[in-house]
Amino acid sequence: MSALGVFSQVLALVAALLLAPLLTGWINQWRHWLQNKSAPSLLQPYMNLHKLFNKESLMAEHASPLYRFAPYVVFGCMLLASAIVPTLSTDLPLSPAADAIALVGLFALARVFISLAAMDVGTAFGTLGARREMLVGFLAEPALLMVLFCASMITGSTSLTTMVETLAHRDLAIYPSLLLAGVAFTMVSLAENARVPVDNPDTHLELTMIHEAMILEYSARHLALLEWAASLKLFAYSCIGLALFFPWGVAEANAPLALLLALPVLVFKLALGGMLMAMIETASAKMRIFRVPEFLGTAFLMAVIGLLVNVLLGGK
Amino acid sequence: MIKFVPQLINLFATLILLLSFAMIAQRRIVSLINLFMIQGAALVAASFLLGYVTHQPELYISGTLTLLLKVVFIPLMLHRLIRKLNVRWDVETLINIPTTLLVGIGLVIFSFSLALPISRLSDSLAGGALGIALACVMLSFMMMITRSKAIPQVIGFLSMENGLLFAATTVTSGMPMIVEFGIALDVLVGVLILGVFMFQIREKFDSLDIRKLETLKED
Repeated sequence: MSALGVFSQVLALVAALLLAPLLTGWINQWRHWLQNKSAPSLLQPYMNLHKLFNKESLMAEHASPLYRFAPYVVFGCMLLASAIVPTLSTDLPLSPAADAIALVGLFALARVFISLAAMDVGTAFGTLGARREMLVGFLAEPALLMVLFCASMITGSTSLTTMVETLAHRDLAIYPSLLLAGVAFTMVSLAENARVPVDNPDTHLELTMIHEAMILEYSARHLALLEWAASLKLFAYSCIGLALFFPWGVAEANAPLALLLALPVLVFKLALGGMLMAMIETASAKMRIFRVPEFLGTAFLMAVIGLLVNVLLGGK
Repeated sequence: MIKFVPQLINLFATLILLLSFAMIAQRRIVSLINLFMIQGAALVAASFLLGYVTHQPELYISGTLTLLLKVVFIPLMLHRLIRKLNVRWDVETLINIPTTLLVGIGLVIFSFSLALPISRLSDSLAGGALGIALACVMLSFMMMITRSKAIPQVIGFLSMENGLLFAATTVTSGMPMIVEFGIALDVLVGVLILGVFMFQIREKFDSLDIRKLETLKED
């Protein structure tokens, strides 16, 4: 573990913590612009976090310790997830701790805790949201795993850093399997991050809400942590997508100067990706909840076809 | 440039496979015809590219024939047919689409494992595409089995022919011209006859639902 490695790990963590709310704000801004509304400031998520951290936290009367504990677990999971995704550098000391499969496991752990906490206080909305979240989760998870397997079959490794290094160094070639995996990944990340075709991140008022229904009872610092965790999740997903499908510009071990370049490149890629996400969200209408299995089934199908095509064509 | 052509052919092969799945999942008849048209276009593109990279002008002729027939003429005719039969906005209820798609994945695995040893032996440029073509044939076959209306069945039949043609193009670099023309004529006449058939079925049974044909049986 070199000093440079520790430095780049810390830098990646700090970048994730700071950039994640910014990314959420950026997507919100673009969505408002595209829908002809006046947009909130780019820094709005920070202001929200600041406001929430300064408020007094109120708990439901029957809340168990789990309810108090869950936001920290969720936040920790998301933070660790964004730490092991190679965002700025592939020289990450934490990265050997978890490979692509464990990463999916981390997301699952966070999902279980937030759902348990939602059911803990016993309100109708919380239970509803938790059940829906589990429905989305159990369909999205295999699809995400298949996408990651697709990339790891091409690169011959399940470690994210090795995957990114191999993908960044290959000759420029068209992989039909990666293309399919990319489409599948986009669908999965829309569903997992409570974005428009599956859930609406804007409102607390819809009966069809999923994510918002689960965190309805939280207040103050717990809510702040959960919102920050949601931003971090979006950030982590975006970075996984960028790392797998557009891996260029990520710094490697023994290249300290590349780190300088990696940050602007990452910001640029995230800005483009956020814009694209806002466009997808504006162009599509929210689905009925019973159509979600079909949507995610399609994502799973595409990822599996990608995997099979990769076997047949041998990554040619 | 030439380096990318085989990859592009593989890409189009994947697209053809994906469109087969999309057709299985599609409930609306109009969109089904459009999907069939796009599949035809992908087939044309693949055969043009293959002709370009292997320097075989016959493939251009075969591609043009497919273009005229499968991308222009037959879709137009099908569109006219559904307008006349007034089934344009029909939505077909299928047996559970996700289940069908899962069975489809099984079929793809089966045909890929069947084609894998063959494509290892072949030194043809797009040897891997044989498995995809086989999978397309299987999927179209399944579409013909699971659909209950007449028009989707006809489209399934046509898309099966797409798969066969793709197999012939990629593996043998094109069939003899005379065979190609024969098949094209066959398909054309087949579609014409099936069109007349559908009118007859509709007149007799007031519906294009194939299940109604069971009343033909004597009690």
